[in-house]
Amino acid sequence: MTALTTGLAEARRLAQRTVVDPRYPISTYTLDVLWVLYDRVLSVSPERVDDPERDRFLLSKGHLPGAYYALLAARGFIPSEWLDSVAATDSPLGAHPDRTRVPGVEISSGSLGHGLPIGVGMALGLRAQGLTVPRVYVLIGDGELDEGSNHEAMEYAGATGLDSLTVVVSDNGSATHGRPGGIASRFTAAGWSAVTAPASDHVRLEAAFTDRPGDRPHVVVATS
Amino acid sequence: MSNSTMEASVSMREVFIAETARLLWDDPRSALVLAAISAGEGRFADAARDHPDRVVNVGIREQLMVGVAGGLALTGLRPIVHTYAPFLVERAFEQVKLDLGHQGVGAVLVSVGASYDWSEGGFTHFSPRDVALFDTIEGWRVHVPGHAAEVAGPLTRAVAADDSVYIRLSDRTNREARPVSDRLTVLRRGSAGLVIAVGPTLDPVLAATEGLDVTVAYATTVRPFDTETLRELGHDAVAIVEPYLAGTSSHVIGDALADRPHRLLSLGVGVDDLHRFGTPEDHDRWHGLTPDAIRARLDVFLGTD
Repeated sequence: MTALTTGLAEARRLAQRTVVDPRYPISTYTLDVLWVLYDRVLSVSPERVDDPERDRFLLSKGHLPGAYYALLAARGFIPSEWLDSVAATDSPLGAHPDRTRVPGVEISSGSLGHGLPIGVGMALGLRAQGLTVPRVYVLIGDGELDEGSNHEAMEYAGATGLDSLTVVVSDNGSATHGRPGGIASRFTAAGWSAVTAPASDHVRLEAAFTDRPGDRPHVVVATS
Repeated sequence: MSNSTMEASVSMREVFIAETARLLWDDPRSALVLAAISAGEGRFADAARDHPDRVVNVGIREQLMVGVAGGLALTGLRPIVHTYAPFLVERAFEQVKLDLGHQGVGAVLVSVGASYDWSEGGFTHFSPRDVALFDTIEGWRVHVPGHAAEVAGPLTRAVAADDSVYIRLSDRTNREARPVSDRLTVLRRGSAGLVIAVGPTLDPVLAATEGLDVTVAYATTVRPFDTETLRELGHDAVAIVEPYLAGTSSHVIGDALADRPHRLLSLGVGVDDLHRFGTPEDHDRWHGLTPDAIRARLDVFLGTD
């Protein structure tokens, strides 16, 4: 087994190493989603971080990135030693990811509601350059969905049929004024296709990403 | 009708639209992001038909407009982003800060409206604080043309580059175009002090300084500011007249002259919400930017009254 195929258990173990500051406790509820994406869905690898044809994964919800860092280490994008000094003075790994310092990180995030508009721009930019194979995946939190900038992007992407865009909403029930079933319905009302699947069921989650109509933007609501 | 007034009948915005349409043909890297403003027939509608993949109108969604520009730049395109100044710079300021600079990419932001071009529209459409806001983030170049013929050069250079550039267009215009550069252009020399006119304030400044023994310099590139020429000119009394918030460049000039005894007079638009409409000329009067008002302040400052 090579470093690139290190298993999910290894990623979970690595995530524990990111707890270097009690202010930033480990939160791995996004790890299932990240694992399924990087293991079964995304076309990207450490050797292809600058390849125009790679898929783009944007962690819009930059908070609590321990699972993301662990995944990047497990897949060989960054050395696992980096996990021991998250948020330390000279660490490339902050309490929010910085694309200018971490290989494989597509956007610097932290302030909520920025990843989806940037992802829309990336999808448009790839299409304008004839790059029709790569897809853009944006992970947002259900609480993050409160930000109005997301709704500007949802409406635009749905209305224009931006079919190379996939959003995954990691739903851990943290939204203020959230309502059951509200997430998928907001996207479908804007013209998206939507599938809801439990994050822990990796077979269903993978299918939720791959089984899509393909003529419009797609959202996966991953519940936990 | 004189030649100069005929030239002035072509607006900065019209030149911007025509030049951008040309750049979209010439440079496959260029892209244009709009939020409804200037998207219609006679504006960018033809460019949108000619380049449907590189002209993006997101509707009245300014946060998305700037975020999309960041995404386009991250794929290697060179976005031009355009709307009214308060919506481009103030409404979407966090996007300007995070979706461009913090990502390590740039864009060309081009505004219309300036400080009070659409005076009837009132305070919601005024943007006197735009240039000051760019001083709070790193690395922005800022151009303030004073004539329609001063727009194409900075725009073309900005689109060919990779950094972040703000071009502030206005309906206010000087009667004559000047050669534009990144340097201060010295228009005449005197001994009592230096008066720097930014963009469209040049004509009022020239009228205000008539008969005064002062050096008059013209600036259209205000960031980075040409502190080298400022220092070479050697005046210890410096006045700057800016078409946006008074004092916007005080810190730049103060820093540049920190090692010398000097005095500084900063004229520009006041910070008050006047809750008044009228004409742009009315606002010039209310903010003390008419030739007479500028002259009165200069006379006190220079001791020439």
